[in-house]
Amino acid sequence: MLRKFNMKQNAIQTMVAMVSLLLSVQPLTAQTLAVRGKTIYTMAGDPIEDGVVLIDGKRIQRLGASAQVTIPDDCRVLEANVVVPGLIDAHATIGLTGYLNQAQDQDVLERSSPIQPELRALDAYNPRERLVEWARSFGVTTVHTGHAPGEIISGQTMIAKLTGSSVNDAVIKPTAMIACTLGDGAVKGEQKSPGTRSKAVAMLRSELLAAQAYMRKVERAEAAATESSDGDTSANGDDEVKDSEDGEGKKSPQKPDRNLRYEALGWVLKKEMPLLVTAHRAHDISVALRLAREFDIDIVLDGAAEAYLVADAIKDAGVPVIVHPTMMRSHRGSTENASMETAAKLATLGIPMAMQSGYESYVPKTRIVLFEAGIAAAYGLGFDGALRACTIDAAKLLGIDQRVGSIEAGKDADLALYDGDPFEYTTHCTATIINGEVLHEGER
Amino acid sequence: MFGLMVAAWLAVPVGSALAGGPTVYKNARIIPIGAPQIENGVLVVRDGKIEAIGKAGEIPKPGDAEQIDLDGMTIMPGLICTHSHLGGGWGGDSSEPIQPACRIYDSINVRDSGLQKAQAGGLTTLNVMPGSGHLLSGQTIYIKLNDAKTIDGAAIRNDEGEIMGGMKMANGTNSQRQPPFPGTRAKSAALVRQRLIDAQAYQRKIEKAEAEDDSDKMPERDLALEGLVEVLTGKRVVHFHTHRHDDILTALRLSEEFGFKIVLHHISEGWKVADEIVAAKAPCSVIVIDSPGGKLEAAELLLKTGAVLEKAGALVAFHTDDPITDSRLFLRSAALAVRAGMSREKALEALTIAGAKMLELDGRIGSLAAGKDADFIVLDGDPLSVYTKVQQTFVEGKLVFDRSKSADRLFAVGGYGASDDHEPFSCCLEFGPGGPHH
Repeated sequence: MLRKFNMKQNAIQTMVAMVSLLLSVQPLTAQTLAVRGKTIYTMAGDPIEDGVVLIDGKRIQRLGASAQVTIPDDCRVLEANVVVPGLIDAHATIGLTGYLNQAQDQDVLERSSPIQPELRALDAYNPRERLVEWARSFGVTTVHTGHAPGEIISGQTMIAKLTGSSVNDAVIKPTAMIACTLGDGAVKGEQKSPGTRSKAVAMLRSELLAAQAYMRKVERAEAAATESSDGDTSANGDDEVKDSEDGEGKKSPQKPDRNLRYEALGWVLKKEMPLLVTAHRAHDISVALRLAREFDIDIVLDGAAEAYLVADAIKDAGVPVIVHPTMMRSHRGSTENASMETAAKLATLGIPMAMQSGYESYVPKTRIVLFEAGIAAAYGLGFDGALRACTIDAAKLLGIDQRVGSIEAGKDADLALYDGDPFEYTTHCTATIINGEVLHEGER
Repeated sequence: MFGLMVAAWLAVPVGSALAGGPTVYKNARIIPIGAPQIENGVLVVRDGKIEAIGKAGEIPKPGDAEQIDLDGMTIMPGLICTHSHLGGGWGGDSSEPIQPACRIYDSINVRDSGLQKAQAGGLTTLNVMPGSGHLLSGQTIYIKLNDAKTIDGAAIRNDEGEIMGGMKMANGTNSQRQPPFPGTRAKSAALVRQRLIDAQAYQRKIEKAEAEDDSDKMPERDLALEGLVEVLTGKRVVHFHTHRHDDILTALRLSEEFGFKIVLHHISEGWKVADEIVAAKAPCSVIVIDSPGGKLEAAELLLKTGAVLEKAGALVAFHTDDPITDSRLFLRSAALAVRAGMSREKALEALTIAGAKMLELDGRIGSLAAGKDADFIVLDGDPLSVYTKVQQTFVEGKLVFDRSKSADRLFAVGGYGASDDHEPFSCCLEFGPGGPHH
């Protein structure tokens, strides 16, 4: 009898203790997930040895050394040797290039016209594509994806999380940049236009000038409308005066019909987003810098195989570079002088730089930014530089660092877990977490 | 002039054996392949061959030897790529699907920078393949990356002095296109079978004429049928590009029907028919690609193929298919296979001795043992680490790649001019024989 009573009392005490623990540690909501890492590379300060990341729903709630951060009893815990922010692929075509590589699953290049900035990536992104799952299983959580290099302006790019069953679930930025290609990548050769570099640049400049003219018309019409409506509100009775002025032939500027192409170029011309310029040869990179000056636009250099030849000019122009995949093929053509040390050289010069998987028209249908960063790490960039280039530096370059790219309280709970150095060939990605959800587990 | 030459001779840099004299590479971790790893190992090279290999103090060092201290670096056999397209050659054209008369031998440019890049990746032997896109793209050639000035200097010869090579075949979607190419798998197999039956008839005529010693009965020479007869007699191994599980079985069926030696290449879906492959005793040359797909027949390509085939008991090698994967990073193929479950031992064999067996050269290359060719590489770390670099590559005792030389480093890393055709070592007074060549 006595014994039974004691058990009951113990149970009550335990319950009270548990409730008070719950109240003290998590007064508002329950942690859904905790990640414990032998080393946590937060990318915001020094790595944390034997650390814990507490995830509250979709965001990181707390992190610190395991001695300082108590993991609640009811919390699911994942453990790993190495924890890093979910990897960011600064330029991919994932979601627009299907793995089968058949006409029906390829939406990266529309060949009907060389300049089509009105093509939205959003309208083609397939979040259920197999390569989305594939990249995710190596720890990639965010991609800057969209229309591929191959036309003067192939279309728009977007930023997506590798999650969700619809593009709406996935998207972070519906339009991130306008994708442009300079050099032989956009030149079509004989019988087709553009057939030369000069022609391609002339076509692009003409289009930008036309977009400027469109913008001026829109601005004039909007200014006039504002003036007119300002008059309406500031003083009654002005209507009559204005009407008479119009009647005398001084017509208000008409707003032009909406033009999606010029609207999209207008975003670049107004510096609302950069022009993403894929250029490999040094002279094509010079063209990109020249265009940026002429039109006073922001550009991001993409690929840039010969960037090391004109690195000072790139630095002086303050242009960031999404450097080509380290393992990009370089046997012949515009990439033949590519170096596996370009990322390291740009980093040494302090040029803002990020890593990418790039665009492949054949095999591998997608590269994995983790692998490309790993080779860059081994070819001079080093572990820290390579990890930054596919996490926080990529986030900054893409303008999404307020949400992703580092492990900090309040940021999106995007994490990649590895059983060793993430860049080592034989290391496995053991878990990938996006928005607090475990979307890959196992040994990949 | 003579004085200059003598000076150059004496200035031969460390790591290059004097002609005739032995060289001892000591203080190395040696991965011999087929034998346990040797700590503090010694490798003795003389006249392009391995004279001795073993632990320091356990093997005699020739007194007259040049001694090279490798300071703890790792030595392993030169890597063997069983399927490469380097050298800019093509083989068969687009005129017909079966072209056994075409020799890649006739179209290789030995100055192609890709060959120098391959040396930088630690490759010492290649099977250079013609094609692709045919049922039969032509005759392959086995070469050493020895900086020869001509293809004849690079070609590996058999005991009869004949240039060695196999025959490249393919099935699945690779060879399907407009007639006269096949449009279906069944047509593909039918075309190949008919041509091999023609070759059997041709072979019988030759044998009959020879048996009767009657030159009048000897058929007119037919280069295409001659090539196929070399397949039927086993002189040429068929290197068979095949991806899908059913295409793999079709290749095995043809091999069984006509009795030709086969090495299965690529085999993206080999993991689905591993038991059948093992039952047929077919060696597997696997490609490792970073993602599945890119073409229909590689839709089910996975990193685990090597691991699954190893567990089933198949002989597994890797290949670059360069330019599909980069020869400079060939070690990576084995490492990614280990990531997906393959054993370290078999993965390293898959870069070396397994490939040698598939090229029927395992008596000469693929492992480090006394009497074998001195084809070896010096690594600054574990062969399966991303951070490890090939520091030196030796072919038959000759240093053909040295990362410490800026001209060689250009090939290893890339940069301006790294893809230009280059003049293989020939004269270069300032270096002398056996010295750096670029």
